[in-house]
Amino acid sequence: MEPILEVKNVVKQYGDYTALNSVSLQVPRGSIYGLLGPNGAGKTSLIRIINQITMPDSGEVFLDGEKLNPSHVSNIGYMPEERGLYKSMKVGEQALYLAQLKGLSKKEAKAQLDYWFQKLEITGWWNKKIQELSKGMAQKIQFVVTVLHQPKLLIFDEPFSGFDPVNANLIKDEILALRDKGTTIIFSTHRMESVEEMCDHIALIHQSNKLIEGPLHEVKKQYRTNTFEVGILGTNNHQITGELGQKYQVAAANFKTLDDELKLQVTLPEGTSSRQLLNDLIQKGDVTYFVEKIPSVNDIFIQTVSKK
Amino acid sequence: MSSLSLIIKREFTAKVRNKSFIVMTFLSPLLVVAMGALIGYLASLNGSEKVKIAIYDPSAVLKEEFKSTDKTEYTDLSGLSLTAAKEKASVDYEGLIYVPKVDSLGQLATKVEYLSNESPNLDFVSGIEDVINEKLTKNNLKTLGFDYYKIEKAKTDASVHLSKFSGEETFKEASIIKIVIGGLSGYLIMMFVIIYGNMVMRSVIEEKTNRIIEIIISSVKPFQLMMGKIIGTSLAGILQFIIWSILGLGLFFVLSTIFNVEMGSAATATPQGAQASAEAMQGINIYLSELWKLPLLTIFISFIVYFIGGYFLYSSLYAAIGAAVDSETDSQQFLLPIIMPLMLGVYVGFFTVISDPHGTVATVFSMIPLTSPIVMLMRVPFGVPLWQLALSVAILFATFFFVVWFAAKIYRIGILMYGKKPTYKEIFKWLKY
Repeated sequence: MEPILEVKNVVKQYGDYTALNSVSLQVPRGSIYGLLGPNGAGKTSLIRIINQITMPDSGEVFLDGEKLNPSHVSNIGYMPEERGLYKSMKVGEQALYLAQLKGLSKKEAKAQLDYWFQKLEITGWWNKKIQELSKGMAQKIQFVVTVLHQPKLLIFDEPFSGFDPVNANLIKDEILALRDKGTTIIFSTHRMESVEEMCDHIALIHQSNKLIEGPLHEVKKQYRTNTFEVGILGTNNHQITGELGQKYQVAAANFKTLDDELKLQVTLPEGTSSRQLLNDLIQKGDVTYFVEKIPSVNDIFIQTVSKK
Repeated sequence: MSSLSLIIKREFTAKVRNKSFIVMTFLSPLLVVAMGALIGYLASLNGSEKVKIAIYDPSAVLKEEFKSTDKTEYTDLSGLSLTAAKEKASVDYEGLIYVPKVDSLGQLATKVEYLSNESPNLDFVSGIEDVINEKLTKNNLKTLGFDYYKIEKAKTDASVHLSKFSGEETFKEASIIKIVIGGLSGYLIMMFVIIYGNMVMRSVIEEKTNRIIEIIISSVKPFQLMMGKIIGTSLAGILQFIIWSILGLGLFFVLSTIFNVEMGSAATATPQGAQASAEAMQGINIYLSELWKLPLLTIFISFIVYFIGGYFLYSSLYAAIGAAVDSETDSQQFLLPIIMPLMLGVYVGFFTVISDPHGTVATVFSMIPLTSPIVMLMRVPFGVPLWQLALSVAILFATFFFVVWFAAKIYRIGILMYGKKPTYKEIFKWLKY
């Protein structure tokens, strides 16, 4: 299927500083796409280009197969990391104004607002000013304003910061519901656990270059180290460790089990299958634990970023 | 609705609904009237004080010439010794006119002294000199064999009748009216530019610090936002000006009727009072009728045109400054170059237009776009050739387009820049992005 968003060789420079160095991305339709990278990697520059806030120096961006143009504004919803609303404007008026700027008619905007206000149980806030609301309440309004015009593509920069756990969950469920309805969502975040939990695709940008991109499980496969965590109930722990150490790379491991068994982290050399390791283990005693160690997004992130 | 009109509408309603706008619009005319009344009252207080002056003139050549009036009271201390008179005068009187004994009257021209604790004002001193001069002149004429009173009779008091080639009659008083109206409009333009320019700047800074800017410009172009902001704010300004004009005209009508009524009632009271107020009324009538004879419509239209031009020119600069800085306190450094030409305009207006409304300096400054809104408006009541108006407006709007283009570039980059205050050099670099 054609990707909803395609970024081709985008370059962006600010004076002598290169913010994006020929970055290409493909965001599949209906995915939750995690855009990762340390501070100053160029994520915000890329997001601003996708939002047409700034123009790339070279390269192209396609939305739905069409070259990005001003009419696409209504197809994209963007929640920046630094949240902002007019403090002295009433909630309802403000939401209507922002929705109309996105190309909705006043009537459509009103209908959508009613829907969301009821859904999030905030109907009573219509005539309140933002400055009268708490930070979390304002965040909810910000979310509504972002999704109000039913965009095909939603871009969230650190979506959960500022929410308490209850509201963070509420918003997470809404995001998942939007995904199920066919909306594509781009996440830019540092919170690896939410990437792990929600994203099905990721891309990692570091020092203006894209280093990794793909479906989350593919990326993890690439980064698998053929390491297994094993637990054995044997007679002589020292002997077992020594014997295994001749064939494999062995280290102590730490995981929770019921018995007081020998816990090891075993890395297989290239070309060795897990079946062979299991065969060897069975000779030594009762195998109580045998799990492939899957690299977490966090591991991948740190590994990639510190390698460079 | 297009994005631009949405932004204009939002900016306009945000300004007009603001409490300070409502207060400013309706309170400041009252304040102006109250201030005028207060100044008038204070001035009248000042005039009603009687000044006591002592005269020491033992030879009695001049003392008869100084006649006490409502404002000044002369007392003769010639009976005392000079030192005693000086001592007494320094305590009980404002000052002492000392006329020494002289051999011939002519020496008085340089011998008379005035002693006082505080330096007297120039008017007072020249008043004394006038008295001496008159006395000496009379005396000289007498020695030469002329009859002073005949000469006085022979003097005439001419008055030149002013009128324009177009046939309109004008009065000397008209000049004052023109200066007042011109000065007021020029000053008003400056105030409007500063007040509303600042509003634009604050609104830009607000969006920047609120961080809503990123959301807005993901929907509209920065240029649209800037223009919408400038236009929306200017509409609020024009509304305020129209309200003030209506209030002013209302006040003007009320004043006209009040003075008519007063004359009628005073006539039945005392004949003397009636005469005084009739004279005052005549004076006011001249001013009022002169006011009507001014090209009011031209003034009104020029005000709107120059307000729009000048305001757009300056407020796009204000918007660029707002975009470049993070907070209002950082803006001072950049505001100075904007305020300077405005001040220059007002000063040039007050010093040159009043003395010579069609002179070279006034004409040149009414063409320079940064000062023309102020200086030209001051000239308009005196009648400005149409080609000059057209040229000045054309230059103003041409510059305006250039400045907007320039400001938009700074604005576009500046609104996304946070953190440190940029230098002029950095802002210049943004132009090339």
